[in-house]
Amino acid sequence: MSTATSTPTGTGSEPGRKPAHKGSSTSKRGRVQQRWLPWAFLAPTIVGMGIFTLLPIVASIALAFFRWDIISAPTFVGFDNFAEVVQDPTVRVSFLNTIVFVVVAVALQLGLALGLAIMVQEKLPAWLRVFFRSAFFFPLILSAASVSIFMRYLFNEQFGVVNWLLSIVGIPAVPWLTTPGGSAAVVILVYVWQNFGFSFLLFIGGLASIPVETYEAASIDGATGWRKHWFVTLPLLSPTTLVASVMAIINALQVFDQPYVLTRGGPGDSTRTAVMVIFESAFQRLEFGQASAIGVILTLIIMAITAAQFRLSKRFVFYQ
Amino acid sequence: MTIIQERVTTTAPVVTRKKRDWSVAVRVVVLLIASVFVLGPVLWTLSTSLRPPSESFQLPPAFLPLNPDLTSYEQVFKQLNIVALVVNSALVTGLIAVGQMLTAALAGYAFAHLKFRGRGALFSIVLATMMVPAQVTIVPVFMLIRGVGLSDTLLALIIPAIPTAFGTFLMRQYFMGLPGELAEAAAIDGASPWRTFRSVYAPLAMPGLAIVGILAFNFHWNEFFRPLIMTISEQNFTLPLGLVSLQGNLGTGSISVVLAGVVLSMIPALVVFMFGQRALQDGLTAGTGK
Repeated sequence: MSTATSTPTGTGSEPGRKPAHKGSSTSKRGRVQQRWLPWAFLAPTIVGMGIFTLLPIVASIALAFFRWDIISAPTFVGFDNFAEVVQDPTVRVSFLNTIVFVVVAVALQLGLALGLAIMVQEKLPAWLRVFFRSAFFFPLILSAASVSIFMRYLFNEQFGVVNWLLSIVGIPAVPWLTTPGGSAAVVILVYVWQNFGFSFLLFIGGLASIPVETYEAASIDGATGWRKHWFVTLPLLSPTTLVASVMAIINALQVFDQPYVLTRGGPGDSTRTAVMVIFESAFQRLEFGQASAIGVILTLIIMAITAAQFRLSKRFVFYQ
Repeated sequence: MTIIQERVTTTAPVVTRKKRDWSVAVRVVVLLIASVFVLGPVLWTLSTSLRPPSESFQLPPAFLPLNPDLTSYEQVFKQLNIVALVVNSALVTGLIAVGQMLTAALAGYAFAHLKFRGRGALFSIVLATMMVPAQVTIVPVFMLIRGVGLSDTLLALIIPAIPTAFGTFLMRQYFMGLPGELAEAAAIDGASPWRTFRSVYAPLAMPGLAIVGILAFNFHWNEFFRPLIMTISEQNFTLPLGLVSLQGNLGTGSISVVLAGVVLSMIPALVVFMFGQRALQDGLTAGTGK
């Protein structure tokens, strides 16, 4: 566990540490004070989380078993919401879209990030390394909504810069935002454009922790070029790859801003995602029970994937 | 993650001199092409916002603003109540950032240096809440906000965002890096536990607090999903929401006006990028180590 700070001492847990405020206050009053004191420090966070995270989680699960449009009283419907949601063609298509999106976007994001991280991390003038690192990180500071706004213009079929560039190399205008395939491609490209920098940062950190001796040993054994990366970098980087892929998958499963601004889920349902159907069934159709049911299903999928990845990691991840 | 900078040079592979020169050139070219694809769209946005609206879709596109024209910026102030949007965004983002820094400092300190029953279990619960996607809790949170009569207010955006699991985790890590002996020394000097936190630990934890604040700023300034749900009337919109609705209202005729708004909304993020990039990178990747 690395600390986010410049103090390298803050590692691991410390159950053996002495009580912080022992000091001279062994009087009865001191002890009494010590009992409630931690709770005063914790109260804002614990109460806030109870109200805005824990309670909503319980409420969300409970709500999934009710039909409620917020206006009339809620009625208990058992598993009806789940049954309806699972059979709803829009919901099914949206989950399928989300899975395809996650597979393609995460593969692109990780591949791009890893390749660029390896290239940046090898011998390079320092100022260039700083420039490339900043450049690839830059899109992360922008809002996904703003990015989607200008990307929508760039991918315009008639006047967009992307089709203009393609026309230079002789490719006829691509109907990006008016066809199902084109729209899906734009959502993926825009998402990857903005988010690969995060995986890139993680890979940079992972590469920096591979000891230089390993490469020296490999080169004595005759490994050069891509063989060096295949046999040395990739195995030693696998803990980072695991973390990067878990985070990328969890984030991609929740994609909303880009498809909402770029396509509103269209044309048809071609770019509708899981979170978009939660949003629409709750806040446009006022079917809060169904929205909660979809949310519960999405959370279960996220938890299952996270668990599966850490299971797999025991077999494939190489820890030094 | 913080010691990246010192260690970057150690990954240099052992290659013969001639081969290295060639491969460096190839790598720089590939990396430059990648940078063009990353920065190009942003440069186009900037230079197009500096063109008159009538020329905004002109091809070949301009990537450098050679003859800057401010018509679009005048227009965006006329077509959109951008001052109100900026004020809303700044209020929401600023209050969330300050609120997160305060609550995370207090809770992080308690988890790191105060002893109480159930500390480990409680901290595990705090960490576990990080795994629950916000989209899942948004429906009950919306109802709660509506129930207490706060719907369509800025407070509906601010209050639920203040308790922060990630910030608490970061601050606990930071405080654990500070020795417990400081508290003992302060107690001997007669300082109360609150005084010890306030005057000894909190000032030393400022760099960690800055990371929490910068992360909160970056996330909530750009946030779209919650404002879309929690606010209804235009006077309560934040910048991203206002810009998306402006894009919807205007046709494709005046895209430079929309882009002028986008550029304006990017300025605070750019300031953070220039002065807090290191802290932002450290914060984003914190907790991902093995």
